[in-house]
Amino acid sequence: MRALMGRLQRGDSRADPAPSRLKYRLQRWMLTPGIRFGLKFGVPLCLLLAAGGGFLADAGRRDLVVAQINAVRAAIEERPEFMVNVMAIDGAGASVAQDVREVVPLDFPISSFDLDLGQIRDQIEGLDPVKSAKVRIRPGGILQVDVEERAPALIWRSHEGLALLDETGAHVAELGQRGLHPDLPLIAGQAADQQAHEALQLIAAANPLGTRLRGLVRIGERRWDVVLDRGQRILLPADRPIPALERVIVVSEVQDLLERDVAVVDMRIAARPTIRMTENAVENWWRIRELNEGGL
Amino acid sequence: MTDLYQSQRAMRQMRRQAMQRGVVAILDIGSSKIACLVLRFDGTGRLSEDNSIGSLAGQSGFRVIGAATTRSRGVQFGEITAMQETERAIRTAVQAAQKMAGVRVDHVIASFSGANPRSYGLDAQLELEGQEVSESEIARVLAACEVPEYGAGREVLHAQPVNFALDNRSGLEDPRGQLGQTLAVDMHMLTVDAATVQNLVRCIQRCDLELAGIASSAYASGYAALVEDEQELGAACIDMGGGSTSISVFMKKHMIYADAVRMGGDHITSDISMGLGVPMANAERIKTFCGGVHATGADDRDMIDIGGDTGDWEHDRRTVSRAELIGIMRPRVEEILEEVRTRLDAAGFEYLPSQQIVLTGGSSQILGLDGLASRILGQQVRLGRPLRVHGLPQSATGPGFAAAVGLSLFAANPQDEWWDFETPVDRYQGRTISRAVRWFRDNW
Repeated sequence: MRALMGRLQRGDSRADPAPSRLKYRLQRWMLTPGIRFGLKFGVPLCLLLAAGGGFLADAGRRDLVVAQINAVRAAIEERPEFMVNVMAIDGAGASVAQDVREVVPLDFPISSFDLDLGQIRDQIEGLDPVKSAKVRIRPGGILQVDVEERAPALIWRSHEGLALLDETGAHVAELGQRGLHPDLPLIAGQAADQQAHEALQLIAAANPLGTRLRGLVRIGERRWDVVLDRGQRILLPADRPIPALERVIVVSEVQDLLERDVAVVDMRIAARPTIRMTENAVENWWRIRELNEGGL
Repeated sequence: MTDLYQSQRAMRQMRRQAMQRGVVAILDIGSSKIACLVLRFDGTGRLSEDNSIGSLAGQSGFRVIGAATTRSRGVQFGEITAMQETERAIRTAVQAAQKMAGVRVDHVIASFSGANPRSYGLDAQLELEGQEVSESEIARVLAACEVPEYGAGREVLHAQPVNFALDNRSGLEDPRGQLGQTLAVDMHMLTVDAATVQNLVRCIQRCDLELAGIASSAYASGYAALVEDEQELGAACIDMGGGSTSISVFMKKHMIYADAVRMGGDHITSDISMGLGVPMANAERIKTFCGGVHATGADDRDMIDIGGDTGDWEHDRRTVSRAELIGIMRPRVEEILEEVRTRLDAAGFEYLPSQQIVLTGGSSQILGLDGLASRILGQQVRLGRPLRVHGLPQSATGPGFAAAVGLSLFAANPQDEWWDFETPVDRYQGRTISRAVRWFRDNW
């Protein structure tokens, strides 16, 4: 009887394959698009995140990972293809090149990843004698620095001493002795470097004076005096000084104004140029007038 | 009645939702098998260039993407007798169909054959308020139909307006917008036992499915097995199922009568089982492979092994001649067909202009049935198979699937039922706002 029942049950289950309610619900659940998507992408994503989070939860392992990454990074950066071995400086004199090497203290060889070219260029351009600089890494591991030096155009005498200025008035270098640059014109006075351009124009205009020109003095940060030898001075107005100077030179050429014993030619008021004579000349002039009066 | 009216409306709403979602399942709950088809709707069917109906009779709007059949459990005479068993069977079928389709199905349209369907012809006549037939006039005339006492515990399954008549002109499909004085309507109403329907609804709900429609399988198989001219001119579809044989009479493309005989293939099988003393499974196999209804001289010599599983050598090697088998089957088939004849006579089938009879359903595959049926039912008998629809697997194209296929056609474009029309104004109780909205909509 038991065997028969067993056979019946077995036959029954074979003939009657019906899903259980749970299985049926599960299948319907799995066919729901949202659930399928979640299982396909959401669950793996969550698992990955959980695994990653679990791994990184420990500080030691985190450090290990960071160290590993750094090691790989260093291995790549220190490949010979990326190493910079020498610095080549073009367009600079020996002293400027020395200065550049001093302001860019690099221990070669160094990886090109560690070089901040922009910062190096800013440092080099911060040097006084350097007008502009180009920094690049040349194939072959060479840090190429192309420097354009400032050309000194003026000597500025101030309380601190002599200084070389370029045509924009920028400081180029200190100068120990005037004799080192006898060809450069001299300017003096406070804030004279800020008007270097005007000074150069004045010097060009004063070219006919030749060697008589000693230099220019900035007065009161406002106007220029042209200083000649024999203590002569030409006082120029604050505005339009160049025509005033040219006017003096023309008068001088025609009437030998500056050859005479004149101490100051005052051009500060254009409508009323004034001349101050030297004491000696005044006394001579007085004497001659007396003689003439007595003679008359 | 209003209760079912509302629930039918709700189901129709559900069907619309399912169409929008694009997937709906068809469940034919029969006594011998439960078939489940999963349909995908991909837009309405397009007509061909010359505006004729295409090769698929305009049914190209959907596609069968999943089909499954399982042996039915707990269903007798097309009615659920063991709910747990039926629920398991439905689960099996739905699961297999879903697996094939690869989509989850939430809405189900179901059909069943039992529950003592009974047809009623209803009519009403009404003077129009205006000159023109409007939606509300149709609603009014439908509401004016005098509903007979169909008894407590029964519910209306189908209520279709079959014919409209305006003044003297009858046979109008759609009288809206036409001018006249008197509007008359003929309606066909089918009632079934309420308890059976409720069991079915409960059973489907227990499978986590929403019921989006319910139809009588007589109607569904007539919809699928009758060709267009048969539906137009008048024909009867006899769906010979396992537990019951359902009859539907169509005319002018509307079902005008439906009935069911509570006998079917299972009874033939049990006759064989009793007559030969074999288990039901054996009897079913013998019926399927060797059955027939016309004995010839050769059948006397054609011996069939009927087998057995008792262990008694003599008993397990019994044979029976095919003539004997036919002798057992034929009286039962005759009885079924006689019963069908009686029902058709009672319905007045002989007064129809065309008396085509189409046999379909699983039991119509008995060899020689058409010959026997033409002797009993009349000369115009043919065996019917369901219409071909897109994507239906070859295994589901047999006559046994007429109801399932018809139900999918029904799902794709259902015929208007009473609850698809507007609710007549006087049926609104106290819902002032919706009445006002309706009044505005009608007048502007």
